[in-house]
Amino acid sequence: MFQNLQDKLDKALHTLKGKGQITEINVAETVKEVRRALVDADVSYKVAKDFTSIVKEKALGENVITSLNPGQLMVKIVHDELAKLMGGEVAELKIDDNPTIILIAGLQGSGKTTFSGKLANFLKTKKNKKVLLVAGDVYRPAAINQLQVLGEQIGVDVYADLASKNPVEIAQAAIAQAKQNGNNVIIIDTAGRLAIDAEMMDEIRRVHQTVNPTETLFVVDSMTGQDAVNTAKSFNDVLNYNGVVLTKLDGDTRGGAALTIRTVVDKPIKFISTGEKMEALDVFYPERMADRILGM
Amino acid sequence: VGKSKVDDEVLDDLEEVLISSDVGVETTVKIIRRIEERVERDKYVSTSELDLILREEIAGLLSENNIEDTNGFTIPKKNVPYVIMVVGVNGVGKTTTIGKLASQFKANGLKVVLGAADTFRAAAVDQLVIWAERADVPIVKQAMGSDPASVAFDTIQSAVAQNADVVLIDTAGRLHNKVNLMNELTKIKRVMQKVIPDAPHEVLLVLDGSTGQNAFEQAKQFTQATEVTALAVTKLDGTAKGGVVIGISDQFQIPVKYIGVGEGINDLQAFNKMEFVDSFFKRNN
Ligand SMILES: Nc1nc2c(ncn2[C@@H]2O[C@H](COP(=O)(O)OP(=O)(O)OP(=O)(O)O)[C@@H](O)[C@H]2O)c(=O)[nH]1
Ligand SMILES: Nc1nc2c(ncn2[C@@H]2O[C@H](COP(=O)(O)OP(=O)(O)OP(=O)(O)O)[C@@H](O)[C@H]2O)c(=O)[nH]1
Ligand SMILES: [K+]
Ligand SMILES: [Mg+2]
Ligand SMILES: [Mg+2]
Repeated sequence: MFQNLQDKLDKALHTLKGKGQITEINVAETVKEVRRALVDADVSYKVAKDFTSIVKEKALGENVITSLNPGQLMVKIVHDELAKLMGGEVAELKIDDNPTIILIAGLQGSGKTTFSGKLANFLKTKKNKKVLLVAGDVYRPAAINQLQVLGEQIGVDVYADLASKNPVEIAQAAIAQAKQNGNNVIIIDTAGRLAIDAEMMDEIRRVHQTVNPTETLFVVDSMTGQDAVNTAKSFNDVLNYNGVVLTKLDGDTRGGAALTIRTVVDKPIKFISTGEKMEALDVFYPERMADRILGM
Repeated sequence: VGKSKVDDEVLDDLEEVLISSDVGVETTVKIIRRIEERVERDKYVSTSELDLILREEIAGLLSENNIEDTNGFTIPKKNVPYVIMVVGVNGVGKTTTIGKLASQFKANGLKVVLGAADTFRAAAVDQLVIWAERADVPIVKQAMGSDPASVAFDTIQSAVAQNADVVLIDTAGRLHNKVNLMNELTKIKRVMQKVIPDAPHEVLLVLDGSTGQNAFEQAKQFTQATEVTALAVTKLDGTAKGGVVIGISDQFQIPVKYIGVGEGINDLQAFNKMEFVDSFFKRNN
């Protein structure tokens, strides 16, 4: 794919040969190819458009250094700009509060429950924390069992109340139990919900307001297409989350949603999920993501 | 748009609408080209006609690819259970879709048996057990961690013994780039064929309607591994436009049989072409 883009750019830029500079005339076709490549990688159409106009500005008048041909130079500019946009300060998870409360939110099937288990495992084994997982999904069939099975696998306690249908109440009771048992991290798993489901969004808003989490993480499937714009925005409007978790990156998706989300809500990607096992969790590397989106 | 004639700017807007609905670059270019040709042929096309033309082109594209209205699966009344194996990547809605299908089949007077062949994901069997209770149909299961092919085998045997009409086999979510997991599906098929030689009669690939361009790779890889016969596209109750349906039908000619429109037991609809096109446009206005 990267070679593909490179070839296309080389072709689009062939008029440039011998001139040594990227100009308004030869850059237009190139910009179009870059935009196509980004959209093919599931970057939002509008984000891709804005991004390429930044790239265009950067590229214009840029001297072609002898070691790079114009196509290579263009790809380098695109890549560096992508990495810069998704990078910035390394966004560590805040875990010093006692207790630290982490609220997990996202669409159906995005990987919230699995990630909750992974994060608990990570904080237990790598950060020496005493974690309590909270089963806050009272809707999905066997959601509670699922979290309990994961808790057992990693040796972390799970708070569940099979009798309650009220996530706010469950979260409050869990926090009380955590205080009693000396848990210093509380991770609250929640039901999947659509951003347009007003009732369900109101529910998570209430959980958020009540527990006042240290960290709220938005979990998103890296295979998500153009809709990433809407969901990332809507969840952010309601929760003002601190960070994003990109899941299922063990697949072959290009993951353009990462750029979209970073651009529209400007929240850091704090973790990536790369498998179904409890150990399949990694920190986010902007450079690698840029490579991936460009198919490098 | 404030314009009366279809020009480049209008076509650019159209391109944005299609791309922003996950139709994909290739199919979008194809649709735009067709509209350009039509505009050229008909000399003058107003923007108010454009909407109608676009609907026609999209509906036409679906038809060309044999995507017609269905009433879902047709279960023949033979004395052999009709076996439907459900596959797809993680979290798309396979288990939920099986619960909904079981309920529909049962309501149509069919005798249904479920097979819990996802023995891997935490509480996957428990989840299907709850769906079996909701739909009020029997389920065949084994312990977590047991061989999925063995569960499928047991299920088919049990369904034959019970004179069941239809069997739904749930499988674990798997990413299509994982060769060993894809091979496992082939094994499940092979083992079922020991009981019913032409099973599975259907392989239903479930796609999440909010998935982007990766859906193409999913369709391709699952088709290669399991000869997918039908698609179900889920979560279309959200804001995702589900344009992958158009792109995928353009490139794979696999019929879309169902759409998922919610988490409830009744939230599964047989695919209807014009309804899809209508709702596709409603979502875009
Ligand atoms: N391959 C892969 N699968 C994953 C990853 N994360 C989660 N999954 C799988 O994705 C599916 C859905 O994960 P869940 O954790 O149940 O997702 P959820 O967001 O809690 O789902 P709901 O509670 O139904 O909204 C399961 O099959 C998980 O095993 C990942 O990083 N890679
Ligand atoms: N809104 C909405 N949610 C759905 C739909 N279909 C399934 N879901 C939800 O999506 C999540 C995942 O559904 P499952 O049926 O567990 O998906 P799966 O493909 O079996 O998942 P794995 O077995 O883990 O790979 C659950 O929270 C379901 O309730 C739908 O049509 N609309
Ligand atoms: K998904
Ligand atoms: Mg969950
Ligand atoms: Mg399942």
